[in-house]
Amino acid sequence: MKKLTTLLAATAVVSLMSTAAWSKTFVYCSEASPEGFDPGLYTGGQTFDAAAHTVYNRLVEFKRGTTELEPALAESWEISADGKEYTFKLRKGVKFQTTEYFTPSRELNADDVIFSFERQYKADNPWNKYVPGASWEYFAGMGLPDVIDKIEKVDDLTVKITLKRPEAPLLANLGMPFISIVSKEYADKLQADGKMELMNQQPLGTGPFTFVAYQPDAAIRYKANPDYWGGAQKIDDLVFAITTDAAVRAQKLKAGECHLMSYPNAADVAELKADPNLHVSEQAGLNVAYLAYNTLVPPFDKVEVRKALNMAVNRQAIVDAVFQGAATVAKNPIPPTMWSYNDAVEDDKYDPDAAKKMLEDAGVKDLKMKIWAMPVARPYMLNARRAAELMQADLAKIGVTAEIVSYEWAEYLKLSSAKDRDGAAILGWTGDNGDPDNFLDTLLGCDAVGGNNRAQWCNKEFDDLMTKAKETSDVAERTKLYEEAQIIFKREAPWNTLDHSLAVVPMSKKVSGFVQSPLGDFVFDGVDIAE
Amino acid sequence: MSTVQNTAETKTVGSPPSGLSEFWFYFSRNKGAVIGLFVFLIILFVAVFAPFVAPHNPSAQNRELLLMPTIFQEGGSWGHILGTDAVGRDILSRLIYGARFSLFIGLVVVTLSVVSGVLIGLVAGYFRGKVDTFIMRIMDIILAFPSLLLALVLVAVLGPGLVNAMIAISLVNQPHFVRLTRAAVMTEKSKDYVVGSKVAGAGTMRLMFLTILPNCLAPLIVQATLAFSAAILDAAALGFLGMGAQPPTPEWGTMLAEAREFIQRAWWVVTFPGLAILITVLAINLMGDGLRDALDPKLKRS
Amino acid sequence: MLRFIFGRLAVLIPTFIGVSLIAFSFIRLLPGDPVMLMSGERVMSPERHTELMHQLGLDRPMYVQYFDYLGGLVTGDFGSSIVTKRPVLDDFLQLFPATLELALCAIIVAVLLGIPAGVLAAVKRGTWLDQSIMGVALIGYSMPIFWWGLLLIIFFSGYLGWTPVSGRISLMYFFPQVTGFMLIDSLISGQAGAFKSAVTYLILPTIVLATIPLAVIARQTRSAMLEVLGEDYVRTARAKGLSPFRVIGVHALRNAMIPVITTIGLQVGVLLAGAILTETIFSWPGIGKWMVDSVFKRDYAVVQGGLMLIAAVIMIVNLVVDLLYGWINPRIRH
Repeated sequence: MKKLTTLLAATAVVSLMSTAAWSKTFVYCSEASPEGFDPGLYTGGQTFDAAAHTVYNRLVEFKRGTTELEPALAESWEISADGKEYTFKLRKGVKFQTTEYFTPSRELNADDVIFSFERQYKADNPWNKYVPGASWEYFAGMGLPDVIDKIEKVDDLTVKITLKRPEAPLLANLGMPFISIVSKEYADKLQADGKMELMNQQPLGTGPFTFVAYQPDAAIRYKANPDYWGGAQKIDDLVFAITTDAAVRAQKLKAGECHLMSYPNAADVAELKADPNLHVSEQAGLNVAYLAYNTLVPPFDKVEVRKALNMAVNRQAIVDAVFQGAATVAKNPIPPTMWSYNDAVEDDKYDPDAAKKMLEDAGVKDLKMKIWAMPVARPYMLNARRAAELMQADLAKIGVTAEIVSYEWAEYLKLSSAKDRDGAAILGWTGDNGDPDNFLDTLLGCDAVGGNNRAQWCNKEFDDLMTKAKETSDVAERTKLYEEAQIIFKREAPWNTLDHSLAVVPMSKKVSGFVQSPLGDFVFDGVDIAE
Repeated sequence: MSTVQNTAETKTVGSPPSGLSEFWFYFSRNKGAVIGLFVFLIILFVAVFAPFVAPHNPSAQNRELLLMPTIFQEGGSWGHILGTDAVGRDILSRLIYGARFSLFIGLVVVTLSVVSGVLIGLVAGYFRGKVDTFIMRIMDIILAFPSLLLALVLVAVLGPGLVNAMIAISLVNQPHFVRLTRAAVMTEKSKDYVVGSKVAGAGTMRLMFLTILPNCLAPLIVQATLAFSAAILDAAALGFLGMGAQPPTPEWGTMLAEAREFIQRAWWVVTFPGLAILITVLAINLMGDGLRDALDPKLKRS
Repeated sequence: MLRFIFGRLAVLIPTFIGVSLIAFSFIRLLPGDPVMLMSGERVMSPERHTELMHQLGLDRPMYVQYFDYLGGLVTGDFGSSIVTKRPVLDDFLQLFPATLELALCAIIVAVLLGIPAGVLAAVKRGTWLDQSIMGVALIGYSMPIFWWGLLLIIFFSGYLGWTPVSGRISLMYFFPQVTGFMLIDSLISGQAGAFKSAVTYLILPTIVLATIPLAVIARQTRSAMLEVLGEDYVRTARAKGLSPFRVIGVHALRNAMIPVITTIGLQVGVLLAGAILTETIFSWPGIGKWMVDSVFKRDYAVVQGGLMLIAAVIMIVNLVVDLLYGWINPRIRH
């Protein structure tokens, strides 16, 4: 290892001499190639890291390390009393980036903001279908086309968004990567040149880093944006070294080939922590993994049966075997870092004997069930198969025969939504914007039955709370409603809440200024490396 | 792998083996082949009697002993000679049960590809003309893809799993048998004994299966041995890519895929399944070399 | 000769159409639904699903889709990726040089080591040298290369720290792609140390990918040499008192090379299959890894286009080998 580092250092010195200006380069070992560079078109976290958090900004953004919103391209905003009109005052003097492929002639104004919104939902906008198969998945997925009535320019630096109905989570949605603000001037030029597809290959925004080059499946290069409205960067260059294998990423980090890595293998964390040159940052992730019973199918329509099964599974064992401790057992459907998390809720205790008795009392004998295990690793569940095997063994102890089934991922997503699904499905959720509504109503609301509500659970009491919470923008009031909803959830047990995983970010000790995002984003604005 | 056919194909067609003793005489002259046979018999024994040989149940999880090292290292114990994996299963026992899968895969793939390949090859070589052209064109198409890639896509189409992996591997292996049989049939067809029996009034079926086929067997047997080991390798590769046998099946390639995340921390989880594949494949290939020596008259002479 | 070439080309066209039919129908049979994958855990409404299927043209009858696709192929349009929306051909052209570089290095290593090893084994037939060379060759031939790659990484990169873990060149270096071959581009760039870096990144993948072809070539060379050494003219040459070096080097080797060249040509398919595993292990940004990733991402369009392009490459190489063979050995032309 040492030899390699010296070798690297030696070559670095040599190249220092050969190129005129040596620069300070930060290398990030990322987990996947970006799908593209227009954040509106995609849903992958790696794409948002590579485009939205480097090249672009949004009207409002999440304060670093939190899920609180702060002004970004919008300096301030006002919400009308009926909750239907949002007026944003734009920051003055924000410059778009100057790159080899485009030199902007004007600063950010209301036209850019309106364009950035309209291209995502107005079918007659020429940019709505600018690449083959373009679809604005997040914009549609967050329900914005149904919420936004119109978006207007008040003056050059003021934009007003009018909604069809009050929607408290809207502001949080606007902090999300998909609604990044692009330059209309750049778009117009590309359109005039007949090269619209370049918008997705050579991004241009207002963010801290300027795009330089993308080498497919290998690296993405950026340099610091000298005109950045948020101030100059401490590093000169930023490189994403795309390394899909987590074990390889860890080796590269240890070898000094990169300064920071995403998503280490749970198995490698202990060794990375032991390395004197590395620092491992940990934070509870904004996610939850669950086993959703199908509450429409007997005997899982009975609360006692679901409760009994919950009590039969040793979730701590799952957390140990799958995450080697890098996760906590979940008791609520929302993670503890989220506002309104109800810590007073009492968890189901692991108690096979009581579970067995409860099942007998419910009149259920020789229960045979299926456990659906996802075929892929997700941050909230690294190995569903392994978790399912453990559950299978636990359930056998109370006389329940469980069969593990799996499908190819797309099939799994589709089939697990079906109302007549046979079996309980392992799945999870990673929060988009830190709003409890994004978990509770999205995953457990009555509207989501046959869709995201994998438990097919529709509870009037719960659903009313959700509707009420959406209509008020008072956070204290909403907190109360969501806390109550969690109590109902636990009482009815549509899921067995499995875990909240810990987001682990190993980095070199030389790195400073990196703040882990609870949303799982990798944001390099303001990072520095010691010489 | 598609390399295998040329070694056998460039050799000319063999004469029928004249007696088992002569075969054994030539076979046993090749020491490597005898060692290969010996190792293979051990693996076969272990596979057949896995429940008696294996010290543990291959799927029993010992949650107190996750990733326990081997007996040769500190912290190892005789309870788990080759250590345990991420959920505390005994690696040795999993390897022993894995032998069943690998041999089974080899057997099924060879049977499927030999039966279909020989039938198609016989038809092509015997009838020639348009049928032949059509068949060979299809074989060309299959051979135009790298075998592993084709198998990978096929399994993706059929759905990941052991059975589908076997079907896919058989399909990509079978053109070699078609070509080999066809070539052999074409050579044999013009020989006197075939012409003779035809004149004597033998039917097409009789000619194909009873007269010609037995005389083409030698190269086919050699090729089948090579296909056997290639099938084990391909199935393991598919398992490694996550498209073969699915966990928790103790198939060697799948075990390797599961173990990959522990490459830094627990080398034994990665090392032994691969070693098992190598030893098995090597033993079979050694036997294959011996078989070729014993069945191929040209090499016998030199 | 021209007739020979045209004859071969005429055979290629129906084969290529067959290949396109297979690639096309395979992908339509894939169980995954590409549109579902686009949204992940976030469930899509049925209306939106229908709309997207329509947008991607997946709701049309199969034969319409096929002829549309075939029409595209003629104009060099291999479709666009569903995930990245980039044209398949662009991605292929960008990634193919990486695979080609690796494959060429591997075949060069295999030839440079395999032929001498095979000759040596043949000349020293029956000795311990012959046995050990052939023993090693058989081990190489039986090697599960995906495991071999992992072992090399554990030992050389992890334990000794001699070689980098993955990629094509240290990220310290950045220069424009001229040829796509890192070895050549790094030289052109003039950046000191770049070439050396590219070489260190190539070593392990080359070893892994060269393993099987090396073993096959060594074995093939040995048996071809043995055959030639037994021929009359070699005996005559020996009897005439020519030096053994001359006999082996000039007379025997030249004649033994004909089957060996065929073997090398046949290794192209093996190399591409091996590249799938090697590139996956070493995160080598080539077409093998690209195909595996696309299969897992259910990227219909890429798997289909990639299959076509790879099959085309193999067919062209086989054609070239055929022509070369016909040129060396005029007898088979007739």
